[in-house]
Order: sequence, then structure tokens, then C-alpha cells
Amino acid sequence: MNSLWIRLLKPSVFLLCLVPFVYLLVGVFTESLGANPVEYLAHRTGDWSLRFLLIVLAVTPLRRISGWTSLLKIRRMLGLFAFFYVSVHLLVYAVLDLGLDWGHLAEDILERPYITIGFTAWVLLIPLAVTSTNAMMRRLGRRWKRLHQMVYLIAILGVVHYWWLVKKDIQEPVIYAVIYLILMLMRVRNKTSKHR
Amino acid sequence: MLIKKPSDIKPSEITDQKHYQGRRKFIQAGVGLAGAAMVPGLWLPPAVQAAREKLAGVKASAFSAKEKPTSYKDVTSYNNFYEFGTAKSDPVKYAHTLKTSPWTLTVEGEVNKPGQYHLEDLVKASTLEERIYRFRCVEAWSMVIPWVGISLADMLKRFEPGSRAKYVEFTTLYDPKQMPGQKRRVLDWPYVEALRIDEAMHPLSIMAVGLYGEVLPNQNGAPLRLMVPWKYGFKNIKSIVKIRFTEKMPRTTWAVSAPREYGFYANVNPTVNHPRWSQARERIIGSGSIFTKRQKTQMFNGYAEQVASLYAGMDLRKNF
Repeated sequence: MNSLWIRLLKPSVFLLCLVPFVYLLVGVFTESLGANPVEYLAHRTGDWSLRFLLIVLAVTPLRRISGWTSLLKIRRMLGLFAFFYVSVHLLVYAVLDLGLDWGHLAEDILERPYITIGFTAWVLLIPLAVTSTNAMMRRLGRRWKRLHQMVYLIAILGVVHYWWLVKKDIQEPVIYAVIYLILMLMRVRNKTSKHR
Repeated sequence: MLIKKPSDIKPSEITDQKHYQGRRKFIQAGVGLAGAAMVPGLWLPPAVQAAREKLAGVKASAFSAKEKPTSYKDVTSYNNFYEFGTAKSDPVKYAHTLKTSPWTLTVEGEVNKPGQYHLEDLVKASTLEERIYRFRCVEAWSMVIPWVGISLADMLKRFEPGSRAKYVEFTTLYDPKQMPGQKRRVLDWPYVEALRIDEAMHPLSIMAVGLYGEVLPNQNGAPLRLMVPWKYGFKNIKSIVKIRFTEKMPRTTWAVSAPREYGFYANVNPTVNHPRWSQARERIIGSGSIFTKRQKTQMFNGYAEQVASLYAGMDLRKNF
């Protein structure tokens, strides 16, 4: 029973993670994304990027609380999905919104701080995705963990990116920021209690 | 196996657009019943389907733009009207709580005929005109909208502004019961906007009371909203209850809220960027394909010939 559960865990989480993407694809093909479909895609993929980054950050605290170690088996997949959604978000912006106008893209990345920050977050995710294989984990040894702690920085860059772009109503970015802080505080508390 | 080449398809086999769309509606209805949740934005919100009332005696105008108007559905379901929520899909869902009749307009300040005016009387006294205007939001998207309205100059002259009336200030209704978005202090309510008197008296400036030949839907600023087509959308204040003539430049809501980002003039200007995004291009609003490109934004939203003289000698970088 237990091994069946473990065997089913990965494929079912995989399919679950794809649901937002499929939902958006259906919207594209039925042309039912509303008056500004490109903006809709950009915003929704942005939402899911942030959500996946926070879900990844929640794995360790949740495992500690629940003692449910099989959570670790899906952590890599969740991280890769975060990278996937951030990449789709960037593609929606660069290809659909800017029509791959490289000049405009360069100007945005250099001159608009919220885009600079968002782009930086994506660039920083690349080495994490590349080094997510078992072979790379072995090769990097201790340094692997250090490298992958960069996700703490990446998530906060994502929150700042969102906070900076909203015109006035910061309610949603504040919610993401609060969740981020809670997840980070759970880590700090765990560390300090360990040392005691 | 027979593989059909594209040329094998006879014209008679190609589905007529009417049937194709009808079929698509049918399929969408089916899909909707099967699982509406899978198709975003499939159902028209109820307010879009609310009673629509035709306006009589609307005259065409030489000021109308030649571009094809944005669909009624998009114009009425993608709105910035923070009094009903900050999401663009909020106004169409929540604006039905606004009661637009009877509607009284208070006129005060540097004016010979201050007082309370019934909106009906003001509209009756003027000619209703259809004005198809380009509409450019400060967020870098645009529409083409067939407004029905009355000349703002005609309306303001009726109140006989005095010689010290240098500016006209407009105020939106403040009533959190009717406008639930006002319960949150996202902006400093009530919403206030203003024009210089010569801007207000310009023949392009109108007070809109309708859309697509019909009474203005609540989410578009019923019953009375400003429409000054060479300025960014946020200048065009909605659901106006008060007009005040002043000598000093009024403090306007967005300019107070973020002075570095939104100025008093807010003229559409592709050469002056918003601090956080470019104003050089705009996305044309229209449901459907995701492969439409942005178009270049025009100086004064394409109305430079008519309005550039209003700003002769002014530094538009400073007076943004």
C-alpha cells in the first residue's frame, strides 16, 4: 500500500502541476481569455511562477511539521515546475507582448527596474535547473546545497517584481510577501532551536 | 491512402463564417455545461446582459475616428473603475449597485449660475452626438470607442463661468454602499479630475452619456463621464456628481497618489515614458488571438492637429 502510494505520488503531482498550464492553453485555443489575452497570460503565468516558488519553499517546513519524508521525492519536480512557469511567463512577455523586438526587450531589462529584477530571477534559476540531476548533486557535493539556497533570493526577487509593477492595489503582492516571510521564519526558528 | 492537398478543398466545403461562429457558440455552450471552469471567461457576466436602452436622436460627428471600434463586449467588460474593484473584470460584475437615476449635478465655484442641476435637463438641452474616439490607457493599451455624448463646452457655458474660472474640477460620486470598491482606501476618495478651462472648452471634449448608441453602462461611468480623447484614460472621470470652477490648479486623484508617475496634464505622449514602463507602443484590446502586435502610440493620441496648439511653448516633459 505504502509503496503504491509512493509510486503514484510523482505522476499525480506532475499532472496536477500541469493543470494551470493546460487551463491557459484551452483558453488560448477557445479564444476565451478576455479582452486582453496577452496580459491575461502574462499575469496568470506570473501568479503561478510565484506560487510554485513558494510551494517549493514550503516543502522543508511541511516535512518537518508532518514528518512526511516522501515530500522530498517531489521537491525537485516542484522546483523544475517553478522554472517552467517562470520561463513561460518570460516567453509570453518576450514573444507575445513584445513580438521578439530585441531592442525593446533590452531597453525594458536595462531601464525598468521591475523587469530587471524579474529577468534576474529567471537567470538565477537556470543554474538551479541545470544542476538538478542526481549526477550533478553528487558532483557538487556540499556546494550543491549552497547553490540551491539561492532560491530564497529568487523568490523574494519574484515578490518584489510583482510589488513594483502593480499600479496601486498592493494587496496581492503583500499576501505573497507575508507567505514568504512565514516560510523563512520557520526555517530560522528551526535552525536556532537545533543549535540550542 | 488518399492524402488531400489543401487545394482539394472546394469553396463549398469551407464553413461559412456565420455557421462556424454559430457552431462555435454551440460547442462553447456544451463545453460550458460540461465544465465551465475549464474555459476562462466563457460566461458573460450578468451586468453585460443587463437591460440595454437605445438613445434617440443621435447625430454623427465629423470628429469621429475612422478606425474600427472595439467590440461592445470588450469595451464593457475590461474597465478600470476602482470604485468597483481594482481588477479590470470587477466593474462589470459589481457596478449594478450604482443607481444612476435620478442624478443631480452640483455646480459651484467661479461661476454665475451655481446650483443643482438635473442631468436629464442638461442632456435634453444639448444635441447628442456619436463620437468615435481612440482611447489610450496610461497602462499602454488602447481601444476605439463609439461614445454618445454632448459637447462639454456647451454644457459648461450654460453655467456661465466667470473670468477667474481658469480650471474645471470634476468629482465622482462617493457612496461606498453603491460603490463597494470605496470601502478600501486604494485611492483618496472621492475621485477628482480636472482640466484647464481651454482644454475643457475644446470642441473634442465631451461629456459621454452613451456607448454604441445606447445608454452608458454603469461600468463605463454612467450616467455621465468625461471624454477627452487626447489624454490618458484616467483623466476621463466617471459618474460625475460635481463640477467646480476654480482659479487655482486643482489637486487630482492620481497626481496626488503618485506625483512622479501621473501628472496633471496626462496628455498621451509616446516620447515621455511612465517611470515604470514605456509609452511608445500600445496593445490594441480585442478578444481572441494572442498574436496581435502592439501599435505605435501617436502624439496626443492622434489628435495633435487639433490640440497641440493648446500646449505651445510648454515643456511636456515637465508638464506630463
